[in-house]
Order: sequence, then structure tokens, then C-alpha cells
Amino acid sequence: MKNKWKTAWQVFTTFFKIGAFTFGGGYAMIPLIQRETVDNHKWVTEDDILEIIAIAESTPGPIAINSATFVGYRTCGVLGSVAATLGVVLPSFVIIFAISFVLRQFQELKAVQYAFQGIRAGVMALLCKALWGMYKKNKKNWVCYIVMAGSFLLTAVLDVSVLPVLAGCAVFGLVTAKIMERKVRK
Amino acid sequence: MMAFLELFLTFFMIGACTFGGGYAMMPLMQEQVGIRWGDIIPQEAITDFIAVSESTPGPFAVNMATYIGSEVGNFAGVWGSLFGSFCATLGVVLPSFIVILIVAKCYDRFRNSAIVKGVMTGLKPAVVGLITGAIVSVASGVLFPAGVSLTVFKTVSFYLSAVIFAVMLVLAMKKVHPIIIILISAVAGIMIGYLGLW
Repeated sequence: MKNKWKTAWQVFTTFFKIGAFTFGGGYAMIPLIQRETVDNHKWVTEDDILEIIAIAESTPGPIAINSATFVGYRTCGVLGSVAATLGVVLPSFVIIFAISFVLRQFQELKAVQYAFQGIRAGVMALLCKALWGMYKKNKKNWVCYIVMAGSFLLTAVLDVSVLPVLAGCAVFGLVTAKIMERKVRK
Repeated sequence: MMAFLELFLTFFMIGACTFGGGYAMMPLMQEQVGIRWGDIIPQEAITDFIAVSESTPGPFAVNMATYIGSEVGNFAGVWGSLFGSFCATLGVVLPSFIVILIVAKCYDRFRNSAIVKGVMTGLKPAVVGLITGAIVSVASGVLFPAGVSLTVFKTVSFYLSAVIFAVMLVLAMKKVHPIIIILISAVAGIMIGYLGLW
């Protein structure tokens, strides 16, 4: 019993470190998680990491949280999940909470306002790059192109809310996957 | 108390409906924050905070939830801010925590499920379309702050923003680190500001 708590503490500190030192979150965290949990602590295997990425991509929520919960569970059950998730969340929670106060103090400054005027254009570039990365990960077939164009037009042009569009795309994907499967069988 | 419950529930929903992590949650977050707290957190504030999130450690989702929770709870002082951050962060984390615990127990059935595969066939490209929409909305705020009209082409700030965007896009595609990109844009913004050109 005592051993379990000791492992959980190790899981917590390891993920605290991971949370504190990864910039960009999500995928940027995977190599660090791999080094710490596979190479250093041997809690999980290389295959587990690949499994985690596959699962994280098809379950809701941030990848960092998904992988922390999963590795924690493999290490020492629910207790491990709690320790890992808490560890990965805590650093950014503390840092961002502090920053939100600092920002409130400084947002009236002229220099800060000018800086953000420039930063907004820079953020647009970062968003476009992220979009390009996600686009490349998709298959290049007509189903994907229809869903991409459709979800864009519905939300950006016709002002439909995001949730019904997501639900519609999920159903559309389910139906087309079924139809294609049937074609393959024939 | 209702404000904090709303924070928790809204971020729970955002967490439960985000597939693909990171920026995939931006469209829904942008929409929900706009509807619920648009008066406290204008869209530029979200854009600004994406920059902060990129320059600080930790996952995007947690950073955004903590920040928005802190802003919304700020009406009740420091402790209100802290509790607001706590509610939003707990909300955004909890769905994936629960789902992963379930999946970890029956991974093989989950991996081979035709339903999961089918749903993801639709959701992956949907995220691309939705983020495109979110970027268009950010872009119209940055490039056309006074609404889309032809007069904007006579203002210097439109061209300055467009140039910063274009240069940063080239740098981003060359895999320059996001923090460097944000730093350069900030310096450019400050210089342009003190030259009186914004």
C-alpha cells in the first residue's frame, strides 16, 4: 500500500516536470512523456506510447490530459491517473493564474497595447500553421473535402453553432464509413 | 455561485466536444465565450491570450481555461478569480479524464470499434473546417477592426498587420519557434506604435 503512494508521488512529480517544461502543449509533450515514462522510469512501453497517441486522437479533450491520465492508470490505477493529471495541470494553472493578474495591471500601458497589436497578426500566422498541420493529417478524399468545406460554410457563413455541426459531421462520417465498408465487401 | 457553475459546465462541454487537442477547441471556445462572457472577454483578448499560452508552458486547453476562469471570476476579487480558474480548468480536464479511464479498461474493444472509426472519419476534417472559420473570425478582427469595408484599404494599419502576418507565416512554416515569432511581432508592434502608425 505504501509502495503505491510512493509510485503515485513519483508519477505526480514526473508529470509536474513535463507540464512545467513543455511549451506548445499536446504533441510537444509526447517526446518528453516518452523519455520520462519509457526510458527513465519504465512505467510503460514504447508501444503504449503509440497506443496513447492513437487513443488521444480519437477521444475528446486535450492530448496532454489524455496521455497523462492513461500513463498514470497503467502505472498505478486510478490513483496514478489523478496524480499524473494533477501534475501536468498544476504548473500551467499557477503560471497562467499569475499572468492573468499581471496582464490586468499592464493592459492600460501604451507599449503593451502596441505590442499586442503586432502580436495579433503573429498569432494569426501561428494559427494558420497549426491549421496546415491538421489539414495534412487528413486523408485526401471527397468525404474529407466535403466535410471541411461544409463545416466551414455552416459556421463561418451561415452562423450555425459549432456543436450541431460537430454532431452532423460525426453522423456523416459514420454513414459514409458504413457505405464504403459495404462497397469493399462487394 | 451561478457564474462559477456556468464556467464549470461550459468548459466541461468544451472539453467533451474537442477532438484532436490544442487548437481544435478554439472554434467552440471562441463561440461560447463570445455568447456568455463577450462583455468581459472581447475576441481580441482571446487572440492575445493565445500568444500568452504559446509563450508559457503547459497545454493550450488548461491555459485558456485558467485564464478565462480568472477573468470571469474577477468580479468577486482574487478568490473569485482563483475559484473561477479552478472551475473552468476542472471542467475542461474532467471529460477526458473520465473517458480515458473507461478506455484504458477496455482498450481493444475501443480500438476495433467501427463506430469510433466512423465518427472520427467525420470529426477530423470537421475540425479543419471549423478552425478555418475561427481563423477567419480572428483575421476579420485584426485586419478589419471597424467592420469589413473598402475604406480599410486606405489605412496604414491594415497593410502593417498584413505584412507582419505574411512575414510571420513564412517564419512559422520554416519551423521557427512560436515564442520567437511572438517576440518579433511584439517588437514590430511596439516600434510601429511609437512611430504613430497604428
